Amino acid sequence: MKGSMSIEMVGVGGQGILLASKILGRAALNKDINVIMSEVHGMAQRGGVVVTSVRLGDAYSPLISDGSADILFGFEPVETYRGIRRLKKGGTALMNLNPMVPIYVSLGKQKYPSIDEMVAEIKDHFPKTITLNATELAEEAGAAIAANVVMIGALSAVEGLPFTKEEMLEAVKQSVPPKVVDLNIKAFELGYAAVKR
Amino acid sequence: MELLENQPGKKIFLLGNEAVVRGLIEAGVGFVATYPGTPSSEVGGTLEKAAKPAGIHFEYAPNEKVAMEEAAASSASGVRSFTAMKHVGLNVASDAFMTVGYTGVRAGLVVMTADDPSAHSSQNEQDNRYYARLAGVPMLEPATPQEGKEMIKYAFDLSERIGAMVLFRTTTRMNHVRGVITLGDIPAERKTKGHFDKDPARFVTIPSNARREHPLLLERLRKAEEIAEDCPFNYIIEGDGKIGIITSGVAYNYVMEMRNVLGIEPDVLKLGFTFPLPKKMLADFIKSHDTVMIAEELEPILEKEVKALAKDVNPSLRIVGKESGDLPLTYEYDPEVVGSVMARLYDVAIPHEHEELKEIELPVRPPTLCPGCPHRATYHALGKAMKALKIKPEDVVFSSDIGCYTLGIQEPFEMADFLLCMGSSVGAAGGFAQSSDQIPISFIGDSTFFHSGIPGLVNNLYNKHRFVYVILDNSITAMTGHQPNPGMGITGMHEVGQKIDIEALIRGLGVEFVKVVDPYDIQATMKLFKEALQYDGPAVIIARHPCALLEYRDKKRKGPVPVYTVNEDKCTNCHICVDTFACPAFVALPDVMSIDPAVCLGCGSCVPVCPFDAFEVLKEGEE
Repeated sequence: MKGSMSIEMVGVGGQGILLASKILGRAALNKDINVIMSEVHGMAQRGGVVVTSVRLGDAYSPLISDGSADILFGFEPVETYRGIRRLKKGGTALMNLNPMVPIYVSLGKQKYPSIDEMVAEIKDHFPKTITLNATELAEEAGAAIAANVVMIGALSAVEGLPFTKEEMLEAVKQSVPPKVVDLNIKAFELGYAAVKR
Repeated sequence: MELLENQPGKKIFLLGNEAVVRGLIEAGVGFVATYPGTPSSEVGGTLEKAAKPAGIHFEYAPNEKVAMEEAAASSASGVRSFTAMKHVGLNVASDAFMTVGYTGVRAGLVVMTADDPSAHSSQNEQDNRYYARLAGVPMLEPATPQEGKEMIKYAFDLSERIGAMVLFRTTTRMNHVRGVITLGDIPAERKTKGHFDKDPARFVTIPSNARREHPLLLERLRKAEEIAEDCPFNYIIEGDGKIGIITSGVAYNYVMEMRNVLGIEPDVLKLGFTFPLPKKMLADFIKSHDTVMIAEELEPILEKEVKALAKDVNPSLRIVGKESGDLPLTYEYDPEVVGSVMARLYDVAIPHEHEELKEIELPVRPPTLCPGCPHRATYHALGKAMKALKIKPEDVVFSSDIGCYTLGIQEPFEMADFLLCMGSSVGAAGGFAQSSDQIPISFIGDSTFFHSGIPGLVNNLYNKHRFVYVILDNSITAMTGHQPNPGMGITGMHEVGQKIDIEALIRGLGVEFVKVVDPYDIQATMKLFKEALQYDGPAVIIARHPCALLEYRDKKRKGPVPVYTVNEDKCTNCHICVDTFACPAFVALPDVMSIDPAVCLGCGSCVPVCPFDAFEVLKEGEE
């Protein structure tokens, strides 16, 4: 590939963001494209905000500056909105609409904002925004936990990614445990189809 | 495991800490001891699987000081040795570390410190580059995982060449960055057994020996400085000759990124061997520039050295850095922080392409105890016991410690009032017992107890301090990624070791009130807390239940795990569950509580919390 591409992945600890980013890394390695990623480990992982930056091609910095991400890969609506400042003008937000409600909302201390309002505002600024119900599609594939692979399937359908659908699917097969490969292929296909539709 | 393959030239994708392990394998290291601590933990986590097939002996020590002492002795016995720790771990190990600077080493000895600028997972963001200066030991700083792997090999050669321990200083954005690594050769032979040739004049640091060894330390540093001048990790990237940038560690990545983004070409002096500094190389670079920018995270260490050097070789040099007010002393850098200064120096604009969206108030999402976490049940039971005894939060001091249970600081528990470092829960309890009119309640995990929870207990017994000591025993080092510890009796190489019995150990110290309870049994736990709070003396409660994540994983292997739900006919929407227990699986709907089945781990610990028995197992097919 020429130049570089930046993908910021945002979500909540426990949603499988690390695996999703590793799948992207595997796809890059298979194609001999340089890749650097920064990850979140340790205390912040426990149900907190998780951000993983993926840089492909000609890149030095493992971190992505505001207004520099080509794609914002949002696993959760509020976290997508929180991370939207990373997305560059004309970039693509890929957004899972299934919320993870922080316990403080249930405690009555804070409010979960309207998802419709967040989506409308994001779409208004980023017309290429793609939304999907990844968690529901993962359940359809057989396990809610596979929402990350649904999202990877969806990402494979985004224009400009330096990988074909087949290359991404191959990376999925190499990255998930052998006994759940079939479930994850199904999850991947559902995510891909949701965007292509 | 891919990282064990002896296929020089092959490219694989590794986390920084995994690349360090590959470096150890390629360097022929024979002994590694560590105590896990973010961002260093994956070094141990990777060795748990890789050490045995690689032929390395690997241990988890109960703390960093023990690991350091083991590594020093192993090196003195002729085996290449390594220890890794987080930055504050080096504080714990520093007593041994400082004096190894004096004795020097035989086989290579490398100490990795994993610093955490921005304190992502730490109690402070101290800059351990000072430790190299304090102990008088050479230091290397990698910018990327690949460079880290190569530096490890270089560090062992350097260590043996001059007979000094080497500090390998990393930061979070190296440890937790994943990149493409090119594999090197794995040596055919690996020495794991040597012989300790006695030399008490060197290795027994009585005052007369220490006095003789200090000049030897300085002589080793002098040799190190000469080597630094020719070190392949110190190099210049030529540019337009106008402005120079001196940089080390991960800040280099941001400099190079912004050099591309801004389309400018400053000369860059990239330093990897950063103590002692290559003074000749630096002087030449300073002499040939009018303006030099220093890009280093945290303390202005390079900056002060450059300033001192400039006084002699280029007094009119303009130094752009922290002391000039251009760059911050706090937090990790990013491309923008470094790039904005570079843009100013070249009078170009930083491209800003982000959109301003309207402000929507977003809920915060701090880390929380996981669903099913036994610590939640412990805190809940203590809250109930205090309420029953009419003890208010102001009447006690919650002296917390370092581990998952520190998250008890969050609502609704708010059971963390004081925390300094590993083991401070129990040490501080003595001070509170003596100087405050409150009852200290210390919380400590099993791993932290072994790390540094014992001397404080000895103190509180010896000096007759009354306190409640709660050992939250989930039988694993959970926060850092589930490493085994002495309480499990499983070693770092997953062999059977001796299981250390916490209860017997504490009884052996002479504590009379020592009781073990399963916190999932909330009634029993509450009763025990009531007893402990009314007991006139040190009271120890061991709240023992496995980490919920591991228990869930084990159960799932055996068969389907139940998912709980709320019986809407029974739920009165009283919110007692969320207000006093607050499992992250609870989602408050307008008229009823509900459980998010994607979050619930099926532990059932919430069942006794509801006064109306509304939590029930969701039967299959019934939704």
